[in-house]
Order: sequence, then structure tokens, then C-alpha cells
Amino acid sequence: MYPILEKRCLAEGIWLMKIRAPRVARAALPGQFVIVRTDERGERIPLTIADFDAVEGSVTIVTQAIGVSTRKICALEAGEALADFAGPLGHPSEFVGMPMEELRSRRYIFIGGGVGTAPVYPQVKWLREHGVEVDVIIGAKNRQMLIYTDEMRAVADHLYIATDDGSEGFKGLVTQLLEKLIAEGRHYDECVAIGPMVMMKFVALTTKKYALKTTVSLNALMVDGTGMCGACRVSVGGRTRFTCVDGPEFDAHEVDFDEAMRRQGMYRTQEQRAAALAAEREAGHRCKIGLDK
Amino acid sequence: MAEKISRVPVREQDPARRATNFEEVCYGYDREEALLEASRCLNCKNPRCVAACPVGVRIPEFIAALHRGDEAAAAAVLARDSSLPSLCGRVCPQETQCEGACILGIKGEPVAIGKLERFVGDWKLAQEPATAELPPRNGHRVAVVGSGPAGLACASDLAKMGYEVKIFEALHKVGGVLVYGIPEFRLPKEQIVAREIDQVRRLGVEIETDVVVGRTVTIDALLDREGYDAVFIGSGAGLPRFMGIPGENLNGVVSANEFLTRANLMRAYDETYDTPIYVGKRVVVVGGGNVAMDAVRTARRLGAEATIVYRRSEKELPARAEEVHHAKEEGIRFRMLTNPVEVLGTDDGWVRGMRCVEMELGEPDASGRRSPVAKEGSEFEIECDVAIMALGTSPNPLLAATTAGLATDRRGCITADAAGATSRPGVFAGGDAVTGAATVILAMGAGRTAAKAIDEYIRNK
Repeated sequence: MYPILEKRCLAEGIWLMKIRAPRVARAALPGQFVIVRTDERGERIPLTIADFDAVEGSVTIVTQAIGVSTRKICALEAGEALADFAGPLGHPSEFVGMPMEELRSRRYIFIGGGVGTAPVYPQVKWLREHGVEVDVIIGAKNRQMLIYTDEMRAVADHLYIATDDGSEGFKGLVTQLLEKLIAEGRHYDECVAIGPMVMMKFVALTTKKYALKTTVSLNALMVDGTGMCGACRVSVGGRTRFTCVDGPEFDAHEVDFDEAMRRQGMYRTQEQRAAALAAEREAGHRCKIGLDK
Repeated sequence: MAEKISRVPVREQDPARRATNFEEVCYGYDREEALLEASRCLNCKNPRCVAACPVGVRIPEFIAALHRGDEAAAAAVLARDSSLPSLCGRVCPQETQCEGACILGIKGEPVAIGKLERFVGDWKLAQEPATAELPPRNGHRVAVVGSGPAGLACASDLAKMGYEVKIFEALHKVGGVLVYGIPEFRLPKEQIVAREIDQVRRLGVEIETDVVVGRTVTIDALLDREGYDAVFIGSGAGLPRFMGIPGENLNGVVSANEFLTRANLMRAYDETYDTPIYVGKRVVVVGGGNVAMDAVRTARRLGAEATIVYRRSEKELPARAEEVHHAKEEGIRFRMLTNPVEVLGTDDGWVRGMRCVEMELGEPDASGRRSPVAKEGSEFEIECDVAIMALGTSPNPLLAATTAGLATDRRGCITADAAGATSRPGVFAGGDAVTGAATVILAMGAGRTAAKAIDEYIRNK
């Protein structure tokens, strides 16, 4: 069992949890993910690592309650425990293996969208610790849904915020803000975008215009997360890759996002059905319209 | 007189009923049946069955003990060569091994060696576990990567020699392919697999789950930091292959590994578990091995009309004869000499069918089987909404990629000698990780051989 050391609400439906997992904490690097399972009947859910502390033996995850399983994770309290916490999985971010001199001459722009902002943090923090200056764009629906702004401000060279309704920072999409920054003369050597698949798709389309190298971290469906099932297949540069063992980070300009988005929906109707069932169970009555049949 | 009795039939669950549940198909022999069947063995001087067994189980000897009604003695004979008789009795391809060589099979039916092995294995599991007499710990530690048949067998033997053994398992459940791959209806998980694993634990073997060796901890760290004297790699062959044909990434195309892992490991067929499984109405499984049979029969049990598509003829099906027979009884369709060339999709990206070609058998290939050749102009379509690819698996490259000096061959299999020694001193390997996908008994045998080599290595260190 993996005890939850700390639990904090970051925004409505978005929870931060610090988990005691010494082995994972010791081995983790920016860009990697873990597989989490709440209980004996739970699903194996991949979550990108939001922070790790080898000394404390802890790993931080940030989860948005959207499906049955993410809801179950978010319902757990500090002092309770996760049944399973396996990782770190996948390759670390490419920059982790780069020669320092080359890395320090590069200028990065990170884009975090919604709950995807959390896994951007350990990357920016790592680069900062290694003397690389990094700019960050955080995007959210509105001011209330913004997460990680204080943490990011502490490690980023510049932090820019975009909200759909303009309730904080730039009013508009992260891609529009990025184009504005470039128009203002900011130069970047690489862009890293983590967020909803559709956001990553449009970031890729935008940066392609500027021939700006872009990396995305894909949140494909997975069962085992170790290369066994192939549920996370994604087409990258016309080749089929497994997100879990070949990724999770890929060259954004090579990813077939339309296919990736379609594949994410493979079990959606079933998930929705399961969510309805769970709600029924919670409400304490048998389903009358046959959803439990 | 022995020859006059014909092979004692084994009781099985009714095909129509079992096609709707996940309970075990074969009930096995009861004591009376087992003893009667045991009486058929001729106890040959030069037993061909022993020679045909990959681990040389002393078959006539255990059957003779059973015939005397001495289950304990029979179990002791089996234990000398096999650590997992309940499993092997169920999943070994007996018709090409022991039973295929049985002299009685020439004119009639061979002795039901598999069923007898299963009977004795199950008898042993049902006994009050003897308080294992373990030798004193010798102060040396061995790490085992993977808790499948190879790892379990290696760990048991080493523990019996006095080693402190720890198994590292990547998944949340112990058993490897025994829990994620082979379905409940062929190998009951609680009743058989869990009990076999309990026996390994009772020997003092520790098992840590959720450890993906290569990522969570490296083999180098196990040897250098965690103080293990040697490592055994029994990580299996878990990476699924796909065909590389158009349409393979459509929604509804899954690997047999994914389909079976959802059903077996994650229990997706049970609504009280959260993991979803998509079955559709018409399922086509591509492939002809045991994994293909497991997938197609699982799909059938989940309510689909299920078909096997295989590019060679029925004679070449690599699956156990019993599985093919059971599948047919359960209403599985077999389309032989058929090969998919494209998966067809709907406008919104879901599978709607498969374009196939008819095949004919040409010259024998490297495997000795006649290789299938496509018939010109024979294209046709099969309707389906789920396509399951059961085309074989290869070893996960993770361990080789993260362990300095660990050699692999072109197929990604870890290079090891007959004793299991790899190119890296102190690192041994066996089972599917070395051979590519094979059988439970070969993996078990390799695990035991490696245990001997590890013992020798540590003694001479």
C-alpha cells in the first residue's frame, strides 16, 4: 500500500496528492509517469508525475475527477492509501540526457493546459535547477481553474497566463498567447506542451508555422503501462509507437492527433455507463432503466 | 490386461453452459477415475514419455505410485522434476510431448498423463501444507525478476537451497502469464495459481509487486546497491506483435494481450470491477496459437459471435489440440487458410470488417511447416466490429536497454547459455525472455536449471 501523505484541492475537481513511494521517488525523472490503482477492483490509471522528492520518498500526482477511476482516486483522503503505485514509467524528457552546455544555450517555452499544468512543473523545476531559463504559459478556462501558478512563478523565468474568459491574464487560447509572445520578439528553441489532446494538437499546428521544435506528452489509454497491451498505440511519423514504452513524450509535429483523440474515446461509452452505474450505486437504488444489466 | 481398458474419459462442463461462464472447462479425474486410468500405464522399461517431456518428469514412476493409491509418493516423484504439476497438467501440450510418445497411442489412446499429473498436483495443493523443512539460510541473496513460471520455479529451488530470495513483479498481481494471460476457464486463479504461489511464499520467498525492474530499480542497482549476489531474469515475452496492415489502429483493434489482460488480470468481465472491455457483436481473432484460442473463447463467453482466422490449415494450428476441440464445442468458427490484408473502418474510425485473402500451402519454411501463399484475386471481406491480434509476443526490451553488458539476439531475446548464464556475470535468465514465447513447462525447467547455475556461481564467487 502507498500512503497518501498530503491531499490538497487545487481547483474544483482537481486534487494534489503526495504519495509515499520511496522506490519511485528515488528513480523518477521529469517526463515520466506512474500507474495508480485505488483498490482491488480498481482500474490501472496512468498519471504523469507532478513532483518527486527522493529524500522524503514521496511522489506527487495531480488528478482531475472526470471518470469513475479518477473520481475514486480523488475521493481518498490523507492517511488512506493507494493499493498500487508503479513506476516511474516511460522515458524521461529528452533534455534530461542532453549535454549541459548545449542545454544552457537553449530557450524553452512550456505550455500547460488545465490539469496538464502539473506535469509541466517538475520539468521546469529540473531545468531551473540545472541553470536553464524557461518561460511558461499556463492556460485554463477561468481564474478559478488555474493551478500551479505560485509554484510555477517560483521556478519560471517568465510566467504567462491565459484564460478563456480573461478572468486572469491574457484573454484567449494558449496558442494565441504563444503567437503574441513570438510576435513581440521572444525567441524559443523548443516548446513543450502538456494538456488536453486537442490543445496539444493546436499547439503543434501553431508551432509548425514557426518551425519551432515541439514536444508533447501523450495521455493515451493504457492497461499495464509496461509495453504489454498496446492499448496506447499512437502513430508518430507514420510509425506505430507505444506511448508507455516509446514515450510518453513525442515530437508534436509527427503525432497523428486525430487518431490519438479518436483512440482515447475507445471505451468512453462504457466509461460513461460505468459512471452512471456508480452514481446509481451511490444513490443507493437499483437502476430502473437497465443500465446495470 | 492393462491395454483392454480404454482411456478414462474426463468430465467437462457442458459446452453450451460453459460458453456463458468463466468456470473451469475440465473437471479433472476423481480418485477412482485417476486410479483406473493409472492402471493403463505399461510402465515401459524405456519410457518414451519421459524422453518426450521437456523436463524429464519420471512419468511411469509417479503413475505407478498413484496406481498403488499412494498420492503422497506420486506427488514426491513429480516434485523432483516439476514445481508446478497442477499447472502443467492443465496447460502443457501433452499431445506433442509425453502423451504423443506414449506407446499405447500407437494403436489406441495414450495414457492421460496430463490429467493424472493434474490429479496428483491438485491433491498436493489440497493437503494441509507440511511445515516446510528449510535448510538454514546461507547468507546469500538472489533477486528474481518476474513472478511467472520461470521466476517461481527458480525462486523455489533457490529457497530450498538456503538462499534468501526476493521476486520483483511489475504488475500488481503475482503469477505473470498465469494471471494476465491464461483465462480462468483453463486455469483457476484462486483455487490453483494462488495456492501454487502460496507454496512458494511458504518457502520463505518474498515477493514485491509494482516493481518494474529496469525503471523502478535497475539490475545494476540490485547487484551493487541492494546487495544481491545474483539476479535471475524471468520477465517473459510480453510485447504484442501487430501485423502492420492498414487500419490496425482503428478503434476496436486490440492485441490478444490487451483483451486477455483486461479480462483475466483486471476481471473486466465482472461488473464489480472498474476496468472496461469492448467485445462488440462479432469478434475476429487473428492467429492460431493458444493465446488466440484463449482470446476467442473469452470473447465468446462475453457474448460475441467469435471466429478464428488463421493463415495456414487446421493441421498447422499451434494451439493445443484440446483447446481447439473445446473451442469448436463452444461454437467458435474457424476460417483456415485465410489472412487479413486490411482492417476496414467506419467513417468515425471504428472497425467494421476485415479484408482477407485466401491462402494455400506452399513449400516448407524454416519452421518445417508449409508456408502459406496468397491466392491471386481471392480477396473477400469478413464483417466484424472487434479484431483481436494474436500473432505472438516478444520479450520486453526494457531490461536489456537498462542493464549494462546484457546481450540480446536479433529478436530481442536475452542471450543465455544452456545453464541460463547471460553475457553479464551474476545475471542469469530463462523462460520466454530467452526463448521467445514458449510453454509453461519450458519456462519452469529453465528457471530450475538456472537455480542450479546460480548456486554454483555463488559458491565459486
